[in-house]
Amino acid sequence: MAKALVVDDSKTIRTILARTLKEIGFEVLEAANGREALEVIEAEKTTVPLILLDWDMPEMNGLDLLKRLRETPEFSSMVVVMVTAQNDLDHIGEALEAGANEYVMKPFTKDVLVGKLELTGIQL
Amino acid sequence: MQSQASVAEIRPENYRFLQEHVYSQVGIVLEEDKHYLFECRLAPIVRQLGLNTIDDLCTFLKGNCQTEVGRQVVEAMTTNETYFFRDPAQYEAIRSVLLPRLMEERQQTKKLRFWSAAASTGQEAYSLAMLLIAQGLSDWDVRILGTDFSSQVLERARSGKYQQIEVNRGLPASLLVKHFRQSGTEWQLSEPVRRMVSFETIDLRNSMHGLGPFDLVFCRNVMIYFDAGTKKSILEELHRTMFGGAWLLLGGVETAFGVDEWFERQTVQNATVYVAR
Ligand SMILES: C[S@@+](CC[C@H](N)C(=O)[O-])C[C@H]1O[C@@H](n2cnc3c(N)ncnc32)[C@H](O)[C@@H]1O
Repeated sequence: MAKALVVDDSKTIRTILARTLKEIGFEVLEAANGREALEVIEAEKTTVPLILLDWDMPEMNGLDLLKRLRETPEFSSMVVVMVTAQNDLDHIGEALEAGANEYVMKPFTKDVLVGKLELTGIQL
Repeated sequence: MQSQASVAEIRPENYRFLQEHVYSQVGIVLEEDKHYLFECRLAPIVRQLGLNTIDDLCTFLKGNCQTEVGRQVVEAMTTNETYFFRDPAQYEAIRSVLLPRLMEERQQTKKLRFWSAAASTGQEAYSLAMLLIAQGLSDWDVRILGTDFSSQVLERARSGKYQQIEVNRGLPASLLVKHFRQSGTEWQLSEPVRRMVSFETIDLRNSMHGLGPFDLVFCRNVMIYFDAGTKKSILEELHRTMFGGAWLLLGGVETAFGVDEWFERQTVQNATVYVAR
């Protein structure tokens, strides 16, 4: 089973995201901020093909984590989907520039999330 | 922040009840994963009746199926539903196979005509417009016609304004950034995209005389509203508006019964398309 990592400081959001991911066949790992996420990713190495990533989080925010991943050759091909309440064009543009594969604005529905995952071309 | 799905969830047995209700009233089979739609669409009816939840509404409906409320529920569940790049496989087929072929065939005239025949609020026509722009057709004469029998939805289509939930769904973020501007809570589609599309009120059950000829026609998720005879005559009329060899794209659940007389069914990559004979 493919693994996915959900990174959000809200436990509620992590639970909602994890539920959908499990329904479509992922094994789900969770982290509450960028730093925790980095630890998980480093421990897992390249076995995590998908990350759902919030923007505003303590310790290390989503954008900083995204940039770190894109700078690191072994992690640079991970599919990263931002899932965030930063719902303005500037933020969306900035995330895409930094290498996000897709962008989901909060609030979202299951259809929205699954549709965006399909757009990334990741194996579902 | 909570996702909408968790706010007004419908219990599975009530979801099945709503599916059956819609089916028994109009013979439309609603897909399994349409909870989200039921939730947003039924909320106003729940409020209007002074009820608290969709489950309450179902309880009410169970005793009062053949009422105005029953009819409202059916209407709320089946009309106007659309989103950007609905059925991605069809757009991928257009991008990688159908459009290159059309461009080769129309090399002399450099003229292409498209029709979104049940356009609703315009997402289908505009998705095509964005796809065409990305293929670099700037020196071509390209026009997309969007039609619907509801002038209300066409007014929204013409405005090119969408809510966040609508641009969140199906639309790649890169296209959002490229073709939309934000104004308040709304997202405004840019002029170059809007200029390619015009909208007109047309009832598909009437004569289509004077329309076309088209190179590609979307007639998606509308055939479900017609009986077999009407479907057949609409397919015949559609055929008359199309170039020989032009493509017809139907909705995923619409097995085009009676289509064979006028169109040949083909599979292009993962999409089913119909070629005008
Ligand atoms: C479910 S929407 C489909 C939108 C879009 N084609 C899609 O697939 O996403 C169906 C649309 O068909 C329109 N419609 C229903 N009966 C029609 C008719 N007889 N003539 C023209 N439009 C009709 C409705 O107004 C509605 O906007």
